[in-house]
Amino acid sequence: MADIFTTIGSWLTGLFEGLGASPALAATILMVLGAAVLASAVLFILVFNIWFERKVMARFQDRIGPNRVGPWGIFQTVADLAKLFSKEIIIPGGADMMPFMMAPVIAVMSVILIWAVVPFTPNLIGTDVNIGALYFVAVSSLGVMAILMAGWSSNNKYALLGAFRAVAMLVSYEVPLVLTLMIPVLLTGSMRMNEIVAAQRIAYLFMMPLAGAIFWIASVAEVGRQPFDVLEGESEIVAGYHIEYSGFAFAMFYAAEWAHGFAICALMAVLFLGGWRGPGVEQIPTLGIVYFLLKTFLLYFFQVWTRAILPRIRIDHIMYFCWKFLVPLSLVLVVVTVLVDKTARSLIPGYMLTGSLIEMLPRAAVLLIVNVAVALLAIAWVAWLGRRERERAEAASVSIAPIESGATAQQAR
Amino acid sequence: MTITPVTIAFAVLAIFTLGGGLGVVSSRNMVHAALYLVLALFGVAGLYVLLEAPFLAAIQVLVYMGAIAVLITITIMVTRRIMGITESVNRQWPLAAGIAALVAVTLGFVVLGLFNGLLPVADVPPDNIEQLGAAFVSHQAYLLPFEVASVLLLAAMIGAIVVARD
Repeated sequence: MADIFTTIGSWLTGLFEGLGASPALAATILMVLGAAVLASAVLFILVFNIWFERKVMARFQDRIGPNRVGPWGIFQTVADLAKLFSKEIIIPGGADMMPFMMAPVIAVMSVILIWAVVPFTPNLIGTDVNIGALYFVAVSSLGVMAILMAGWSSNNKYALLGAFRAVAMLVSYEVPLVLTLMIPVLLTGSMRMNEIVAAQRIAYLFMMPLAGAIFWIASVAEVGRQPFDVLEGESEIVAGYHIEYSGFAFAMFYAAEWAHGFAICALMAVLFLGGWRGPGVEQIPTLGIVYFLLKTFLLYFFQVWTRAILPRIRIDHIMYFCWKFLVPLSLVLVVVTVLVDKTARSLIPGYMLTGSLIEMLPRAAVLLIVNVAVALLAIAWVAWLGRRERERAEAASVSIAPIESGATAQQAR
Repeated sequence: MTITPVTIAFAVLAIFTLGGGLGVVSSRNMVHAALYLVLALFGVAGLYVLLEAPFLAAIQVLVYMGAIAVLITITIMVTRRIMGITESVNRQWPLAAGIAALVAVTLGFVVLGLFNGLLPVADVPPDNIEQLGAAFVSHQAYLLPFEVASVLLLAAMIGAIVVARD
């Protein structure tokens, strides 16, 4: 199971030890180096992603998009970055210096930290801790603190209002996110990211489509992408929590949002689409990174797609949707999944076998049926709620209907 | 004592934790105090990592920094009069300092007596999370406290909803 990355790793270890470092020191240097390369790669891929997003968005909106700098405008982001680097960071009067400057750093940090547990190939993973899934939830909750610090320290009422709105939304959507994150963990029996990927001979999205959908919606809300982009409602609160930021400090918030958008695609690919799994990975583990990036970029395209075509939802509707629809639904889904999975284990012989694809089919079929049933019930429930609301609105509108007769209405027209 | 990367990390985290704690009690600005508290909690999470207890570290970050610190910060930010305070208002700080010192001495005495200096690092079982999970639902271990805590949290949640609906 040797692949390029382990070969590079052992070569570097040999190099450092040849230079006189002890094995422990060599391992530490390698860890620091790996972290630096991973973090830089994430930010480097961002330069491409921003161009990709602008180009795809432009195509959806019947525009050409960036097309001046380099072929197909691919170096547009580099030029934008150079501009942002050279701009002055303006600190508003009355701003609280320390939190003001720390907030963008923490925002970027909380997103970069996620990548430590993302498995690229069977062997290439920052750290395969046994609590990978929990680690993801923990570090992404740090972003909330950055938004609060930015909003408060700016000494601007729009920034503070924007921060409160954003925090309310982010904290709320963490609930369905964590609940649906539990489902791949429960099915695998491990929080280790590599084990979750290895268990997905059948991708969990095909076993648990509803869980995947809720996880995706909650993730998009956590990033603050359309249709959940109340983090920066230009028409309501000018620009949200980062209104007072300029130059590179603003660029860091911008980078944090874009990197977060890409990170949730990677996590969705890992947790529900089987990460590095694909034909031929057992023979050539390096191939895993190709499948992983393919799945991640497919999801990223999907994210840009929703971003391009959906309008913003009002803040109270967002909260309503989360607390009165997503949270109960994901709670019911978790409980039903656990009960059915446990009962089926004792009722169906060979339910937990994972030897071949055929042997895994009974479990996949049972879980899929459960998922579809819960989804249909939820849709029926929402349809009933909507119909009741509509009937009530119609009943109320009778009393205030215009009393003029059809003839006068005709004349008036 | 040899200097290894672990000792350096421990020193940095200890500075974070103690410096943060000092900042909490010495800040005049309440929001700064809350942010220093976050720093101190982060240091504690790092110490858990060094002790090879990543589960505790993740829970520390998730619960204390992701939830409780946000709650405290928002509470301070929306309390109007608290923001303009520039001088220490609590005249009982010598008493508090005395009690804190007493607690520190007692804890130090107990801990030092218990471990009698330095102990060699014990091997962490690889399935420590499984053991923790099993202990939570085992009636011989922590089932009762676990369920009592669940009921308490549920009661608090229902109470919060009732208060908010009024």
